[in-house]
Amino acid sequence: MEYTFHWRPVFRNLPDLLEAGLLTLEVAVEAMLVGIVLGLALAMIRMSGRRSISWFATSWVEIARNTPALLQLFFFGFGLGAFGIHLSPFWICLCALSFNNAGYLAENFRGGFQAVPDTQVKAARSLGMTYAQAYLRIVIPQVLRIVYHPMTNQMVWSVLMSSLGMLVGFRELTGETQFLASKTFRIFEYFLVTAVIYYVIVKFILAGSRVLSWRLFRY
Amino acid sequence: MIEVKDVHKAFGDLQVLKGVTLDVSNGEVISVIGASGSGKSTLLYCINGLEPIQSGQILVDGTDVHAKETNVNKLRTGLGMVFQQYNSFPHLTTLENVALAPRIVLKKSKDEAREIASKKLDHVGLGDKLEVYPNKLSGGQQQRLAIARALAMGPNYMLFDEVTSALDPELVGEVLDALRMLSDEGMTMILVTHEIGFARDVSDRVAYFHEGVIEEIGPPSQVILDPQSERTRKFLSAVR
Repeated sequence: MEYTFHWRPVFRNLPDLLEAGLLTLEVAVEAMLVGIVLGLALAMIRMSGRRSISWFATSWVEIARNTPALLQLFFFGFGLGAFGIHLSPFWICLCALSFNNAGYLAENFRGGFQAVPDTQVKAARSLGMTYAQAYLRIVIPQVLRIVYHPMTNQMVWSVLMSSLGMLVGFRELTGETQFLASKTFRIFEYFLVTAVIYYVIVKFILAGSRVLSWRLFRY
Repeated sequence: MIEVKDVHKAFGDLQVLKGVTLDVSNGEVISVIGASGSGKSTLLYCINGLEPIQSGQILVDGTDVHAKETNVNKLRTGLGMVFQQYNSFPHLTTLENVALAPRIVLKKSKDEAREIASKKLDHVGLGDKLEVYPNKLSGGQQQRLAIARALAMGPNYMLFDEVTSALDPELVGEVLDALRMLSDEGMTMILVTHEIGFARDVSDRVAYFHEGVIEEIGPPSQVILDPQSERTRKFLSAVR
């Protein structure tokens, strides 16, 4: 087996790759923020126990967690396309990632709320706090601590999963790599460098998360 | 003064309180004893409005706890409560645990709230633990923290719900000492407890609960040392 590495075309296009890496980070972060808001809402709807709306939240969670992320992406691309709703590749990716994140996070949040004993609310109320104060000051800070690491994992997953965007024509990091690689045929080199960029992004997120957790959680 | 008038309380089909009447005068210490499930703890939860009641009335200094127009949050600042499971807030330091409610409920300034908190913590012997998180405290220390937290609201009454039941035996004493100190200071207290000996020592009156009603009530010299009711006698001989 003989393979001669040619790195020059890759390094010449490194600025393009890094820019695409920023786009990956952008869509992942935005999908995470949307996912947190929607996930909280889904968790609360499920915990409310109101059948009339909880079936909707339950279906969402079930589909997001139990079907391939790629099919969820195709739904927002080709699925909606079949109904004449054409989203740009960026929006397809953002919607699919948000949908998926919300489904996973909803379960994490639900577990987090259930892990804070009801007696914490009782103790807070016995001190004269309102229901809102008890939740804001006592329950939610504890829930955030419980779901912090699962949320970090989801953030990493969000970055990695965004690479599927390539398949709906989104030129994020993987899409851009594919585009450049097919022009120069240095496929192996390109994807090796791209893998390194993903690795650095993920490590950066994990390190940031750890530093933040030191500041946030002193107990 | 706390007036409990013919209170009935049910959880679903389960009748827990079946007509409880009890007056607690200011400065009085009342211990409530009885078997598990007899409704002792539920009575405390009803007195500070954490549980609704089905009928009857509970007045605290003349205010109906369960009336719609009552500001129950304001009322609760006058009614300190300490729970069996310490319920310290794990994400706050000892000092923050105590200072939080004075600040956000009583609207004290941050400095003022911290000063109140450190004073109360000092009072229960935790003056050297202000910056410690509850997971570094023993059960007895956490329970004293809970007492300080309730005291920081400046309550007129204290409700204690089996505060030593979850403690290791060697830690019971320090919590009972804190209770004794409060009673010496003239605090009005309702004490749900299994510590019969302690109840005898500190109480002005002891109430024996049996299946949702007060079977017998009177000074400890009567209820504990010379019970008039056959059921009280049976209970006491079983727990000794």
